Amino acid sequence: MQEKVKDAPSSQFKWVGTRAVRPDGVDKVTGRARFGADLAMPGQLVGKVLRSPHPHARIRAIDVSAAANLPGVKAVVTRDDFKDQPSEFIPAGEMMINYRDVVRNVMAREKALYEGHPIAAVAATSTSIAKQALKLIKVDYEVLPHVIDVVDAMQPGAPLLHEDMITAGVEPAPKTPSNVAKRVEFGHGDVAAGFAQAEIIVERAFTTKPVHQGYIEPHACVASVSEDGQADVWVTTQGHWIVRAHCARLLGWDVGKVRVTAAEIGGGFGGKTVVYLEPLALALSKKARRPVKMVMTREEVFRASGPTSGAHVHVKIGARKDGRIVAGEAELKYQAGAFAGSPVQPGAMCAFAPYDLENVKVVGYDVVTNRPKVAAYRAPGGPISEFAVESVIDEIARKLGMDPIALRLKNAAKQGTRAAYGPKFGPIGFVETLEAAKAHAHWRTPLQKNQGRGVASGFWFNIGGETSVSLQLNEDGTLSLTAGTPDIGGLRASLCMMAAEELGVDLDRIRVQIGDTGQLGYNFLTGGSRATFSSGMATVEAAREVIKEACKRAAKLWELPEDAVEYMSGGVRPAGANAGKHAPMTLSDIAGIAGKTGGPIAGYARINAHGAAPSFATHIADVEIDPETGKATVVRYTAIQDAGRAIHPSYVEGQYQGGVAQGIGWALNEEYIYGPDGRLQNPGFLDYRVPVASDLPMIDTVIVEVPNPRHPYGVRGVGETPIVPPMAAIANALADATGVRFTDLPMSPPKVLAALDEARAAGTAKM
Amino acid sequence: MRYEAPNTLDQAVALLAAELGEARVLAGGTDLLVQMRTDVIDPVLLVDIKGIAETRQIREEAGGFRIGAAVTGAELKEYPRLGSVWPGVVEAANLIGSTQIQGRATMGGNLCNGSPAADSVPALIAAGARASIVGPQGRRDVAVEDVMLAPRKLSLAKGEIVASFLLPAKPPRTGDAYLRFIPRTEMDIAVVGCGICLTLDARGACTAARVSLGAVAERPLLVAEAARVLTGNEALPVLLQKLDAAARAACRPIDDKRGTKDYRIKVAGVLARRAAQIAYQRARES
Ligand SMILES: Cc1cc2nc3c(=O)[nH]c(=O)nc-3n(C[C@H](O)[C@H](O)[C@H](O)COP(=O)(O)OP(=O)(O)OC[C@H]3O[C@@H](n4cnc5c(N)ncnc54)[C@H](O)[C@@H]3O)c2cc1C
Repeated sequence: MQEKVKDAPSSQFKWVGTRAVRPDGVDKVTGRARFGADLAMPGQLVGKVLRSPHPHARIRAIDVSAAANLPGVKAVVTRDDFKDQPSEFIPAGEMMINYRDVVRNVMAREKALYEGHPIAAVAATSTSIAKQALKLIKVDYEVLPHVIDVVDAMQPGAPLLHEDMITAGVEPAPKTPSNVAKRVEFGHGDVAAGFAQAEIIVERAFTTKPVHQGYIEPHACVASVSEDGQADVWVTTQGHWIVRAHCARLLGWDVGKVRVTAAEIGGGFGGKTVVYLEPLALALSKKARRPVKMVMTREEVFRASGPTSGAHVHVKIGARKDGRIVAGEAELKYQAGAFAGSPVQPGAMCAFAPYDLENVKVVGYDVVTNRPKVAAYRAPGGPISEFAVESVIDEIARKLGMDPIALRLKNAAKQGTRAAYGPKFGPIGFVETLEAAKAHAHWRTPLQKNQGRGVASGFWFNIGGETSVSLQLNEDGTLSLTAGTPDIGGLRASLCMMAAEELGVDLDRIRVQIGDTGQLGYNFLTGGSRATFSSGMATVEAAREVIKEACKRAAKLWELPEDAVEYMSGGVRPAGANAGKHAPMTLSDIAGIAGKTGGPIAGYARINAHGAAPSFATHIADVEIDPETGKATVVRYTAIQDAGRAIHPSYVEGQYQGGVAQGIGWALNEEYIYGPDGRLQNPGFLDYRVPVASDLPMIDTVIVEVPNPRHPYGVRGVGETPIVPPMAAIANALADATGVRFTDLPMSPPKVLAALDEARAAGTAKM
Repeated sequence: MRYEAPNTLDQAVALLAAELGEARVLAGGTDLLVQMRTDVIDPVLLVDIKGIAETRQIREEAGGFRIGAAVTGAELKEYPRLGSVWPGVVEAANLIGSTQIQGRATMGGNLCNGSPAADSVPALIAAGARASIVGPQGRRDVAVEDVMLAPRKLSLAKGEIVASFLLPAKPPRTGDAYLRFIPRTEMDIAVVGCGICLTLDARGACTAARVSLGAVAERPLLVAEAARVLTGNEALPVLLQKLDAAARAACRPIDDKRGTKDYRIKVAGVLARRAAQIAYQRARES
């Protein structure tokens, strides 16, 4: 692995930038850590969901009487147990959701809109009784024609999912309903004028398939509602305050009555930013007066939890012979699944974000289809549009005979560049990633037979948001740190390191936990690559409050003014004119006198973190193709990305590698396979092919550091950008090896072989 | 559901024959338990055969090997000599799943699960293995290619169990190989599988061959025409091209989530050629 970030960085920091042992590591490797399905309560019931077998059907009637009367069944809930909600959009991670739709997604109302849509839920004393009860529920369906493909769904006469859906963002508003929920547009300049100056224009259509986040841990929760209406939920989630808000809203309960605890999480990648089981478990628990545990099967995860969109993307780019891009245009059609809210907006915003363009226009459509509602997935929307743009840029470089890195450097966004989506960039590290790619040994290493090399870049915004952290100084000088953003990728280690750095104490003096919703103020979820950025910022603020208070207490003891005491390397001492008047005191000494000098010492930060900064990446992929079977194998991979600053380099590298691993799956094999009946045929890891370890090469990483000036340690988010470049890097490598441009994901062996055979027949294949 | 773990074949047969509801043999459980968990089957009786000596042993017999139907892939790999005599069979059984799966999965289960894509089956067929089947009517010997009829359909009668397989004595200058195609490197089901066993004469010409294809029809195929072309007089590259064509001609696959018809047919030819080359090499070296 690259050691761009030194293990003991240049005296500037003691902890930040080191590879400290993660505080949650021991529990995880010994099996002590408790994940969503590990929690159990006395008297707990098993909750199970009846799901629609039809992709589209009106629900005429639901008869649960036989199920409710089965011995062992303690509660049954249906649409009748949830009040309808008015239409209102609210942010959920980087996506928007609408409670009118959320209530319909957790439990179908008028219609079942996808195979797997919940119709009813039961709580029973055992799994087998619960399953038996599901079989006893009678549902009267009027089966309707369905539509799975995004382009089909946009055709006049396509089956309508929502009879009242009028496309937003179109003037004048259409008079007739359609499956197009929204039209968005971004850009500036005059693309027609731009294309008129072009000496080369490449125009291509691309398709991508919906892909699942593929977290190993299925959705799971335990809910317990007491007789006096106090509700508790333990759940695997990326944001327990969000779970609390959604559940309270859907059930009509006070927010303060619901307490949510985040379990250890076995992966989320954006998919655990929404609710599925939690409101059902709470409703069942309330009815049954007993705790209810619900765990999805893998099949349910695939049939009913969010993948990201599949899409149809059209891209046109014009350039001059010297490689300067004069115009870029894209049209994006993203499928949202059963309810509006695909990530087409962020997809449109970042399509051309890495480039400094005078003329750019992106139009996007959000389209509903009879599939599970999409959920956020790492850089939602970005990988789809950027795959298309980065492929076309590669083709232009090839046609101009230009080095693809040089072409990108010629057009790269820099500080001050006006992004295609509006704002001007602050300090960014895109050029630095390109220079690092050019300088990397990988870029110069000769290829073997049947191999090709591709390069692609990527961008993601990153976000901040509401965050609370508390830091208590314990009576012996140790510290207890409580954050509220679930730790998915090593957050707890990074927070401790920032706190230790501020306080000048040893790392093992700080114990960190993720608090429940009763222990801290509001925390927005772990998403948008915000946790290390936002909770880190709050941690620093809380630590500085502890320091300030420590100085105050010493001042009181020494009978000096507060500003006559300074904090240095883990303790306080008199400063300035008073220097040397009293012996310095350590933080432990201060902790010992806390009671006498005013009571417990704690820092508590409640912030809305601003100043999140984008992260750019450039990836290099080498792919080897079996010319007779069409199987593509990634044989070498290098991911280069600007981290701002890597607090814990190993976890930053882990994010880069994880994003690449998922991107390789997206590029080569992952897809949802539907039959003509609208039913998913591969709801499991056997046939929904995420890469296994032996499918992947060592993924080399290079951390570039262009600090974010708006964060105390220079942090940018790093979790999402790494999944953006791989699809194009691999497609570009395939083009290099075969002479064929692949525009449809996944580039699975049958597709590659068919394209190769066609190119061989036409004499255009390179192998 | 009832679980029984008898120690003799007779007891196992009696239990299976007497049960009126759905009764299943349990070997490694890597198919059975998965199918129960996903509600594909719901048996009332499970008869675990791992307590029965014959199903768990490997013995040298008649110059070949008798392999218990409930011997795992990992055990096959560890058994001395087997891997050097019948490398294709041992490798095929150890392509199944992953290291963890190979510690449980058996060739009896692989065959009796009734999947046309089962990996060890074409290798067993190519090697000329016979299944020893015990049932209420006693014991019978059947060529492995005659056990499976169609997906989930076997030629076993109610109460019958595959007790063991006999891998025959291997003639001199004989080599076997099995290759499969999957989109990933492991943890996948064969899109196409091909087992080949061939015997060379002293001059290196092929005198006998068995070619078996998996996942290209409703059951694993023994392709007589592909074997016949290998015994022709032409130069090796020509023989291999003819083998490729014969393998493709034998395929009658379906389009499904694991591959298209066209793709399976093309790849069957490719794998036949590649497996034959390995088998040639092994035959020359044996
Ligand atoms: C993760 C995973 C990966 C897999 N990968 C592969 C793969 O790569 N290739 C492949 O071919 N398979 C694969 N499989 C399927 C499975 O592992 C194999 O088919 C395995 O050989 C089954 O053997 P078993 O002993 O576990 O059978 P079991 O599950 O015990 O039994 C399978 C069936 O055969 C019947 N049966 C078992 N033994 C006998 C007997 N002696 N007589 C009569 N009936 C019997 C059982 O009643 C049952 O119906 C995979 C399975 C999993 C879970």
